Amino acid sequence: MTDDVSTPEHPVRQQQLISLHVNGEAHELLTEPRRTLVDVLRHDLRLTGTHVGCEHGICGACTVLLDGAPVRACLMFAAQAEGSEIRTVESLADGGGLGDLQRAFSEHHGLQCGFCTPGFLMLAEGFLAERPEASKEEIREVVASNLCRCTGYQTIVEAIDDCAARRRAALRARVEGTAHQDENTSETVPPRAACEEVPCGSTTRSR
Amino acid sequence: MTGPTPGPATPVRREPGEPGKSREPEVTAPQGLLDEDRPAETARPGPEHSGHTAPAREDRPWIGASVGRREDPRLLSGNGQFTDDIDLPGMLHAQFVRSTVAHARITALDLTAVRQVPGVVAAFDAQDLSLADITARLGRPLTEFVPTGMPVLAREKVRYAGEPLAIVVARDAYAAEDGVEAARVGYDSLPPVVSEEQALAPDAPLVHDEASANTLLDVSMFATEGIDGTFDEAPCVVHVETRTGRQNALPLETRGVVAGWDHREEQLVLRTSTQVPHQVRTTAARCLGLDERAVRVVVPDMGGGFGQKCVVGREEIAAGAAAIRLGRPVKWIEDRKDALTAAFLAREQHYDVRAAFDAEGHILGLDAAVVCDMGAYSCYPFTAGIEPLMASAEMPGVYKVPAYRVRARAVTTNKAPTAPYRGVSRPQYVMVMERLFERAARELKLEPTEIRRRNLITQFPYTGVNNVTYDPGSYLESLNLCESVLKEEGWYAAKETAAAQGRHLGIGYSCFSERTGYGSAAFAQRKMEVVPGFDISEVRMDTSGALVVTTGTMSHGQSHETTLAQIAADELGLDIGKVRIHQGDTDRITYGWGTFASRSVAIGGSAVRLAAGKLGEKLIAIAASVLEVPPDELELGPGLVRRPADGRTVSYEELADIAYLKSHLLPKDTEPGLTATASFDVLNDGTFSNATHGVVVELHEGTGQVEILRYVCVEDCGVAINPKVVEGQTRGGIAQGIAGALFEQVTYDEQGAPSAVSFMEYKVPTALEIPEVSIHHLETPCAFTETGAKGVGEGGTIGAPGAVLNAVNDALLPTGVELDDTPVTPQTVAAALEHTS
Repeated sequence: MTDDVSTPEHPVRQQQLISLHVNGEAHELLTEPRRTLVDVLRHDLRLTGTHVGCEHGICGACTVLLDGAPVRACLMFAAQAEGSEIRTVESLADGGGLGDLQRAFSEHHGLQCGFCTPGFLMLAEGFLAERPEASKEEIREVVASNLCRCTGYQTIVEAIDDCAARRRAALRARVEGTAHQDENTSETVPPRAACEEVPCGSTTRSR
Repeated sequence: MTGPTPGPATPVRREPGEPGKSREPEVTAPQGLLDEDRPAETARPGPEHSGHTAPAREDRPWIGASVGRREDPRLLSGNGQFTDDIDLPGMLHAQFVRSTVAHARITALDLTAVRQVPGVVAAFDAQDLSLADITARLGRPLTEFVPTGMPVLAREKVRYAGEPLAIVVARDAYAAEDGVEAARVGYDSLPPVVSEEQALAPDAPLVHDEASANTLLDVSMFATEGIDGTFDEAPCVVHVETRTGRQNALPLETRGVVAGWDHREEQLVLRTSTQVPHQVRTTAARCLGLDERAVRVVVPDMGGGFGQKCVVGREEIAAGAAAIRLGRPVKWIEDRKDALTAAFLAREQHYDVRAAFDAEGHILGLDAAVVCDMGAYSCYPFTAGIEPLMASAEMPGVYKVPAYRVRARAVTTNKAPTAPYRGVSRPQYVMVMERLFERAARELKLEPTEIRRRNLITQFPYTGVNNVTYDPGSYLESLNLCESVLKEEGWYAAKETAAAQGRHLGIGYSCFSERTGYGSAAFAQRKMEVVPGFDISEVRMDTSGALVVTTGTMSHGQSHETTLAQIAADELGLDIGKVRIHQGDTDRITYGWGTFASRSVAIGGSAVRLAAGKLGEKLIAIAASVLEVPPDELELGPGLVRRPADGRTVSYEELADIAYLKSHLLPKDTEPGLTATASFDVLNDGTFSNATHGVVVELHEGTGQVEILRYVCVEDCGVAINPKVVEGQTRGGIAQGIAGALFEQVTYDEQGAPSAVSFMEYKVPTALEIPEVSIHHLETPCAFTETGAKGVGEGGTIGAPGAVLNAVNDALLPTGVELDDTPVTPQTVAAALEHTS
C-alpha cells in the first residue's frame, strides 16, 4: 500500500507500509519505497550492528541473512524483504554472551576495527549452515566475498575454520551420545543446531 | 630519558607457536609468559622503573601476554557505536555539492532549487558560512615551502573533481542527495594539471597562483662533499626510476561526523571519525572563530583510518558550522564514491635514484630525486611536505650509506589532496633501495642476500649520513633468519624445479627499519609549524579500586583498549579487568596527538606507564601512613600495597576509601583523590622497528597473474606488549602493502576525472589475493621507551611492496624485463612473459 504524507514544511513524499521479520520479531513500518533494507534495519529499527561500507554490493559490510542465505542489505529495498526471515548480527549472541562463531573471531583476532566484522559473521553463519563440512580452502573462497582492510583475512579464515571444526566435533559428540567438553572453554557446548534460538527460514534445510 | 645502549643488538628469537604467539582462546588470566624463552637480562620489558614502587615481576603478568581484546564483545555483537550509528533528537543529514570538473573558476553557484527540494532544510555555500581556511605551514623560506590555504568550501575556484562547494542539509540522507542534484554550478574551465610532468612543465597552468611551477615544497639535503667524484669513480653504478600509483588508504568506514551545539556547555560537539581529535578541535575552533574550549571532539568507534583520518577534513568543519546555524544536530556520512574520489588519497611518487657500489658490493653513495604528487591542497597539520620530507630524511634506511644527496619536491595538481598513508613514503623508498641492491647484485654477480649482508648496519647506535641515529635493531639477524626459513622450506629448490618445467617462480626480499615514536624533536626538525610529539595520560582510581586511564592516542583498530590496559595493569599490579582505557574525548585530556606514525604504544604507552607509576607512588605514600612505616619499606603487589618485612598489606580499595571518603585520615600534604597525570616525549631520533620480508611468487603466463606462494616476515618491534596484536598489525599491514604493489591505483584522465568511483574500478584485494603470512619475532627492546616497545603499526605496509616487486623481477630474470613501477598489473606481467618467447 502507499500513503501520501504531506506537511506544510515537507511536501508530498511517497510512503508505503511494510512488515519485516527481523531476528524473530515482527515490525510494521511506514517507509519510502526507495529505502534500502540496510537503511531500514539501521535507522528505522535501530539495529546498527549491520554496517554500510559501499552501497554497491561489493564490500559486504551490510551482509545479513535472508531466509538463511547471505545477502547484501544495501542492494535490496526494504520492501523486497517482506515475507522473509531476516537475521542480523544482533541475533548471534548465545544467551547473554557471545555465540561460538563470535568467540572464534575473538580468539583468533579475526577483527581489528570491527567495522566489516558483522558482515563476515553473517556471511560465515549462512555459509556454515549450508556447508558445515567446508574445507579451509572453501572457507577462504567464501571469505573473499567481503572486504576487510585491517586483518589481511588470515585470522578471519582461521576463526571460521575453527568454529566449523568445533561445531562438527560437537555434533559428532552428540551423535555418539556423549556430552562434548570443549577443550578451550571447559564449558559443555551443545551442537549448533541445538542452541539455535532464532527460527531462520532456510537455514533449516541444511540440518 | 637515556640514549640507546651502545654495542651490537642481541635480539631474542621467539618461535611461532611459543607462548608469545599463543593460539589459546581469550585470556582472562595471564598465560605462560615468555620468561623461559628469554635470557634474564632481556626477559622483562624495557628498563626497570626508575622509582621503587613497581610491582615485583610475578605481579606484572600482562605485558607480553596475548590477552584477549577488550574491544571484541561490543564489536562482535553489533553493539559498537560508530559515527553513523549515532542518532540524536532532531538530527538532520548533510551531503555536499561537489565540483564535477578538475580545474575551473566558479562563475555561478545557485542553490535556490536545492532549497526547494522536498525534505531539504538548508543549503550553505562558502559565502553563507564565511569560515577561515585550513592552512598548514612549515617554518621554511618560500623558496622551500609555499603555504596554501584550503577553504572549507571552495570559493572562486575549484581545484579537483570532488571538491566541496556547498553543504546541503535535509531531513534524511536521501533528501540531502536529492538536494545535491538540484544545485546549479557554472564553471569557467581552466586547463587541468593532472600529472607531475604537467605540473612542472614550463608555462604550466597554476593550481595555486602563489605556488609558481606548481611546487609546494622543494628541498635539497645532505649533499655529501665529493659525492659526484664518488659516482664518477665507482666501478658499479645502478639506476632505478620508479613511479608508484595513487592509492586510497581506504578505511572501510568512510569519514563522517555528527555535529551539534550543546546549549548547556555552550559548546559545539563534533562526534567525528578522526585519528587526531585535538587537531580537529584546534582547527575547527580557528575556522569557526570560537574559543577552543567551545569545541569538543568526541570520537566514536572507528572503522579504520590508516592515515586518511589523521588530517583535518573540511567536511567535518562545514557540518559543524551548519549545525550552529540551524540549531540542530547535523550528520554527514561520506558515501563510497566521495570516499574514493574526494577524500584524501596517497602514495603517488616518482623516484629517480642512482647508487654507486664498489666491486665487492659495498654501497658508496646514493643520489636521489623525489617528486610527490600531493594533489590540490596541503593537509593539516602535516602539509604537502610530509611525503618528500620523510623520503629525503630517511631513504638510506638500514644500510651503511657513506654519501648521500637528495632533492625532494611536492607538486600540486588538480587531483584530490593527499594525506600521510600507513608507511608514508617508506613503502616507496624502501622499494627503491631494495631494487637498487638487487640490481647491483646482478651486475656484481652477488647473491641478493649477500650484498645486503655486506651493507646492513650492525653496530648500534649508528648515526647515518642522513644525521639520523638508529637505536639497536636486528637488521642482519632478521635477514639471515628470513633467508634460512625460505631455504629450509625448500623454496630455492622449488624455484629451480619450476624453471625446469617452464614455470616462473621468483624469490624476493626487503630489509627495512621503521622509525617509530617520532617525538617533538623529530617533527620540529622537519620545521612543522604545529609540532606533534608528546602524549599525556591521566590515570584515575575510584573508590572500588578500578582504574580509568585516559590517553591522547586514538585507537582505530589497533587494540589500544587492550594493550594500554596491559601496561597500566602491570605497573599497578591490577587485574586487567579493573582497567578501562578511555580515548577520543578532547574534554577529558588536556591535549594529545592521536594515533599515527606508529606512535601510540611507544609514546602513549610510555605516558600511561609513567602516570600509573606516579599513582603507585601516591598509593604507597598513603599506605605508609596507614601502616605507620616509611614508604621505602613498601611495594606494590596485586591490588594492594605490602610491606615485605612483615607481610602486612593494605588493599587499593582501603586506600581509595581513605583518599576519597575518609580524607581526614590522609597524611599531611597529601591531596584527596587518586589521580596522576604524566606526559612522555621522545627527544632523540626515535626508535626503529625493523623487519625482513621474504616472498615467493609465481607468474602465470597468459593471465599475467602474480600468485604469492609464500610470505615470510621476520619482525622486531622490541617488546611486544601483546604478540597477537603485533601479528595482526603486521599481517594487516602486509595486505595493504601487497595491495599497493599489485592491485590498487586511482588514475585520472586528461580532464582530471578520477578512474575509480566504485569498488568495481578500485581493486581492493580479497582473501583470494592476500596470502597467509608466516611471522617470526625477534626482540631488541627499545632502551628509552618506558615499556621497551617500538611501534609496529606501519611496518607490514612498508616492507611488502619491495619484497613483492623483487620476487616478481626475480621470476622475470630470464626474460630480461625489469619492472619498477607499482602496481604491477597482470597486463605488464603478461607482456613481460611474452618477451620470453
